[in-house]
Amino acid sequence: MVSVVDYVPYILEGVLWTLGLVGGGLLIGFIVGLPSAIAQVYGHRFLKIMVEVYAWFFRSVPLLVLLFLFYWGIFPALGFKLDPLTCSILVLGIRSGAYQSQIFRGAITSVGEGQYIAARTLGMSKMRAIYHIVLPQALRISIPGWANEYAIILKDSAICFTLGVMEILTRTRYVVMATLEPLIPYFIAGALFIVLTYSGTKILNTIYDKLKIPGLIWRM
Amino acid sequence: MSFWEEFIAYLMRGWIMTVELLALSIPLSILLGLALATARVYGNKVVSLIAAGFVALLRGLPLVVTLLIVFFALPRIGLYFDPFWSAVIAFIMCSGAYQSEYVRAAIQSIDVGQSLAAQALGMTKLQEVVHIILPQAFRRALPGISNEIIYLILYSSLAYIIGVQEIFATAKHFNSLQFRPIEIFSTTALIYAFMATVATFFFKKLEERLKIPGLEIV
Repeated sequence: MVSVVDYVPYILEGVLWTLGLVGGGLLIGFIVGLPSAIAQVYGHRFLKIMVEVYAWFFRSVPLLVLLFLFYWGIFPALGFKLDPLTCSILVLGIRSGAYQSQIFRGAITSVGEGQYIAARTLGMSKMRAIYHIVLPQALRISIPGWANEYAIILKDSAICFTLGVMEILTRTRYVVMATLEPLIPYFIAGALFIVLTYSGTKILNTIYDKLKIPGLIWRM
Repeated sequence: MSFWEEFIAYLMRGWIMTVELLALSIPLSILLGLALATARVYGNKVVSLIAAGFVALLRGLPLVVTLLIVFFALPRIGLYFDPFWSAVIAFIMCSGAYQSEYVRAAIQSIDVGQSLAAQALGMTKLQEVVHIILPQAFRRALPGISNEIIYLILYSSLAYIIGVQEIFATAKHFNSLQFRPIEIFSTTALIYAFMATVATFFFKKLEERLKIPGLEIV
């Protein structure tokens, strides 16, 4: 008879993998999403349409389908033999970029055109106005939306068990198969996800409060 | 039969199952969302605490985990559901919990004057909530609700994990026979994108149709 104590460390190790998926996905999403948002607001018409199609596609297709499409189809066809973890992080990231572009676009729009125009009037270049005036405000405004995105991507990372990434859920399923006892392992996995969801959101909201600029927040 | 003919036949079979899943889950999740929100705002301490706890729990769990718990863990405490109903139950609970947050915020945003006027007309609390508050709150929550329903359409693909033969499951099965993943999964992707886009369009129209002039000003 296997006791709970025997497999808890094994499941707990999955937390690191889950956080790797989430951290990598959020980072790639940020790297893709922020320029996309800037392009959507300030870019040429052609660029805008490209970003819109990208955001539409990745927000309208289930993660499960994307994972299989990229892991079995697109990456091998392009000549990349990726392991499940790398592939999952990339797919989570590209998809998160589509969602994050919408978060940042909303934030940039809410900063208001006046700020941008004023910066341009002061002789700043387009890039400098965006970088020094618009983004410092927009990024602060987008933190709550970003906290939400963290919670979403955390829960979506569980879907990566379908590719066999050794995150929390994959390990839990192995434990269930080995012990034939579904109840306790699944509740442990559930508890871990709940703790990660709420603690992460809490941390991000604390950062939001710390970075708050008096007078900036009330305008939204 | 050619590849595409056979593939379309597979997809159609799965698509019908997906539609069956959604046809049950969507209306029931909306009802659950309304019920949970009402319970949280108007229920007594115990009821509102239970509703809040349920929502916090379901919003903290990944849908996959909820699905696996309903299908694999609940039988251990004597609750058996077949794959189809396990999926429907998990979808209703998850989506209902998310939707209830929008409805709750909408209920709280309705002017107190509405409630006072209803009382002045001699309505009971139940009449007031059903006839005065909820119709307005539902309209205000509709953009959020429709967002959640579009998520639900996409996440319905997870039902394949517990063996429901919905569209992703049939596509995956067909891929294991033919191994042409790019054609198979990109077609599946486009079908989901089509469903999500149609739903977005439908809800925009619904919002316009249900619009009451003046209500949108908070």
